[in-house]
Amino acid sequence: MPSFLGNIIENLFGKPATVKYPFEKPEPVPGTRGELNFNMAKCDQCQDCERTCPSAAITVYPEEKRIEWNSFQCIYCHACVRACMHEAIEPLINVEAPDYKKRVKSFEA
Amino acid sequence: MSNEPKLTVIPFGPQHPVLPEPVQFQFYVDEEKIVDVLPNIGYIHRGIERAAELNDYRRNLYLCERICGICNIIHGQTYAGLIEKMTDTEIPIRAKYLRTIWAEIARLQSHLLWIGLFAEAVGFESLFMKVWRDREIVLELTEATNGHRIHMGTTVIGGVTKDMDEALISRYQKDMDKLKKEMDDWAHVFRKDPAFLSKTVNKGVLPKKDAVHSGAVGPVIRASGIPQDMRNNGYEAYGELDFEPVVYDNCDVQGRVLVRLDECYQSVDLIKKALNQLPEGPIAVKNEKFPDGETIYRTEQPRGEVFYYAKGNNTIHLERVRIRTPTLPNIPPLLGMLVGHDVADIPAIVHSIDPCMSCTERITDIKEVA
Ligand code: SF4
Ligand code: SF4
Repeated sequence: MPSFLGNIIENLFGKPATVKYPFEKPEPVPGTRGELNFNMAKCDQCQDCERTCPSAAITVYPEEKRIEWNSFQCIYCHACVRACMHEAIEPLINVEAPDYKKRVKSFEA
Repeated sequence: MSNEPKLTVIPFGPQHPVLPEPVQFQFYVDEEKIVDVLPNIGYIHRGIERAAELNDYRRNLYLCERICGICNIIHGQTYAGLIEKMTDTEIPIRAKYLRTIWAEIARLQSHLLWIGLFAEAVGFESLFMKVWRDREIVLELTEATNGHRIHMGTTVIGGVTKDMDEALISRYQKDMDKLKKEMDDWAHVFRKDPAFLSKTVNKGVLPKKDAVHSGAVGPVIRASGIPQDMRNNGYEAYGELDFEPVVYDNCDVQGRVLVRLDECYQSVDLIKKALNQLPEGPIAVKNEKFPDGETIYRTEQPRGEVFYYAKGNNTIHLERVRIRTPTLPNIPPLLGMLVGHDVADIPAIVHSIDPCMSCTERITDIKEVA
């Protein structure tokens, strides 16, 4: 107990160690593996990202020059970011929020 | 009427406030004393091995990292090590050091998690919160490294994906010192507090001989006086860091607490040492070949030895994958530890092996119900 006294005083006057999440959002740290963002100007529809993705979250439609990304199937490993030779995937620095619907994001040239 | 005492059966789990893991034990008790224990596992069998056989071997890395949340870094490294061994890929020395540093980070966060949960299981709730707050230091480091608090995801077959720059290295050094200071704040409670010791000393005794015969691994066997630790084999950079396993002769729950506590200090020292002698060079090589032949690979997870086996046939698929995680061999010794103790000691003893069921479930038994 006496050894914890310092902690008790610190906790009484200090800031809480946690944040009240849905009301107060913590700033994402630099380098957070966030949502994918395809820069279609750089993409040449080579489908490397689709072949690499371990959870089959990316579908490339080469004829339509379109990429679909299922953000709820994605495991945010960013293997696709490393696989893309044209550096066309420019991920955002954010934390994907939960949603009521499983959205599929579409990127078009 | 027979003279046999009438035994009461108490089911513990699969949903139980003490244990966040779905495992069931049936305790046969005579009054307060445990006479026999029957375990029942298989509640969260996910067919990981089958999935790994159907997958492209390169994608399996991400599957293996997700076998377990807490051990994800070491699972990934073990799978990558296995494939590198099968394809004769020698990873660069800097990658070996980085993997070692991150494996120790994983061990730190797992042991701190366990120490907190154990403190809560024996009734020390404010200690639990203090330990978990200090664990945040480690989680924030993980996040600063590669952008995720738990899933570091830095491993690839042939090396690592991320290098450490000067700023990150000095942050690691600083945070390790800070963590050590914070740990000094509460470590003595686990070593000396009489209320704590009354719940752990001479509880769940596993004599040296039984530990060997029942095949215990990890901190459980090291607390019974056997220096069995896969890091002794010197995989990754452990061979160059003068690694010595932490061993205690207590053979009881207190011994397991002390092993994990000392391993936290050891991890801090290993990380600092590896950072100090971090060699320069590339961090990854390309592996050109498909896996072929049969190989096993073993590493030390926070809970003990993890064993991977794979059989390749020179294609992108593996013919057979077998994964044995440390909780499975620790269940038989646990049954022996529990017999003869009071019902009130169950939480402390079950917790002392640090069960991680989602790692373990490779088999399931489906019973037909009439
Ligand atoms: S790998 Fe890059 S260039 Fe190729 S399809 Fe994907 S985003 Fe486009
Ligand atoms: S981050 Fe990983 S899971 Fe998500 S789309 Fe890219 S490769 Fe697939």
